[in-house]
Amino acid sequence: MGFLFEDDNFALFRDGFLQTIELSALSALLALLLGTLLAAFRVSPVPVLRAFGTTWVTLFRNTPLTLLFFAVTFGLPALGVHFSHLAFAVLALGGYTASFVCEVIRSGINTVPLGQAEAARSLGMGFGQTLTLVVLPQAARTVLAPLSSVFIALPRNSAIAGAFSVSELYSAQQTFSEKGYSIFSIFFWIACAYLVISATVAALFRFLESRLAVAR
Amino acid sequence: MSKTSTRVPTASVLYDAPGPRARNRYRLFGVLSLLGVAGLLWYAFTALDDNGQFDPQLWDAFQYNTVQQWILEGLLATLKAFGLAALFSLTLGSLLATGQLSDHRPVRWLCVSFVQFFRAMPLLILIVALYYAFFAKEPMWALVLGLTLYNGSVQAEIIRSGVNAVPRGQAEAAYALGMRKTQVMAGILVPQAVRSMLPSMIGQLVVTLKDTSLGFIITYQELLFIGKKIASQPLNAAGFPYIPVVLVIGPIYILLCLLLTALARWIEARGRRGANRRTSAAA
Repeated sequence: MGFLFEDDNFALFRDGFLQTIELSALSALLALLLGTLLAAFRVSPVPVLRAFGTTWVTLFRNTPLTLLFFAVTFGLPALGVHFSHLAFAVLALGGYTASFVCEVIRSGINTVPLGQAEAARSLGMGFGQTLTLVVLPQAARTVLAPLSSVFIALPRNSAIAGAFSVSELYSAQQTFSEKGYSIFSIFFWIACAYLVISATVAALFRFLESRLAVAR
Repeated sequence: MSKTSTRVPTASVLYDAPGPRARNRYRLFGVLSLLGVAGLLWYAFTALDDNGQFDPQLWDAFQYNTVQQWILEGLLATLKAFGLAALFSLTLGSLLATGQLSDHRPVRWLCVSFVQFFRAMPLLILIVALYYAFFAKEPMWALVLGLTLYNGSVQAEIIRSGVNAVPRGQAEAAYALGMRKTQVMAGILVPQAVRSMLPSMIGQLVVTLKDTSLGFIITYQELLFIGKKIASQPLNAAGFPYIPVVLVIGPIYILLCLLLTALARWIEARGRRGANRRTSAAA
């Protein structure tokens, strides 16, 4: 267990930990924005946009994340797109998670009482106004619980990025095992790090839920 | 979650039935977004084309019998890992759920912490740790065991919440008739819970199927690993066929997942049909 505090191991571990957090935060941001946009597409009155949203969700929800990372890391450079490994990872993880966020938000939109949208329409609001001013703010509250499980899964999924040249916690684990430390003590520390991250995300969402909860 | 058939989803009342001006506006938006999507597709196509990704030589690999054989073997390896993991994870899930619903506090405590721990662990970390610690020679068992531990825990949660979601009166009535806990569980609660939890159990099986691709990282010869193997062979001057491989392997995974999802939908529809029949008979 003590190997972590020998040599430069702690620096490596810390950098991996911070990189995991950075990757997760950026992907979460992308997923939230893109997911909301896709959800808006999927309920919009324009058939083309609805079809686009549906196609995106079907494709990305049913593709293994490893394959997405593979496609982004090896496919995009072949097309002349050259970003950093982190940016590639954010694209893959964000695009994948966005499809789940979209589904969660869409089902949240469906839980808002009908009268709300009807009242907004009868006041003369258009689709955009009804959605952004009336329905989405109310949907956000009911959506928090299922969103929390999506965003708790996100840092766990980010481990796969480590296998595609992003130096985060998984690659720290690889480096430690190459240095020959016992796999059990490595696993112990990495596990602790991930438990801390998911506990933090869970606590954040509990806080949000208690702040935003509304008696129905 | 359950919606009665008369409930209209909010999504369908977000906008009025369009009048003539709104129809024109929607049509304009439709044309604009169609142009946008077409532009996106066109951009993707030209980017692929400019970089020679449609060069027939690059796709040659898929004409070799050996390569086709590899893909088939990779697919079988994926399905084998999935089948084993599905079987074991459902078994482990039932055991853990039984433990979580136990009346004995130590058993319950043990199972709950087991489930919580493995649900919070990244699957990749788990699989790689198992690979290095026990299964360096047999990556398949590292993959299957990792998938089993993680998905078993998730299945346990699904089963537990399914059993807890059965109306309380059912268990109370059974106890009042003098049934034992085991009888109540096996005879009353589980048969009713199965109907409501089957869709989410199959949903989790889809996740299991997708996660078999993690075997790629521990050199288990499944579909994605085969893809990498095909792509990294410099067959000719046209370069490495990474994109053709993605375009071939991706649809296989998507198709498999959609088949499983369709199964879940079908079972859900059947379950609802049964439930409706029962209520109408009771009334």
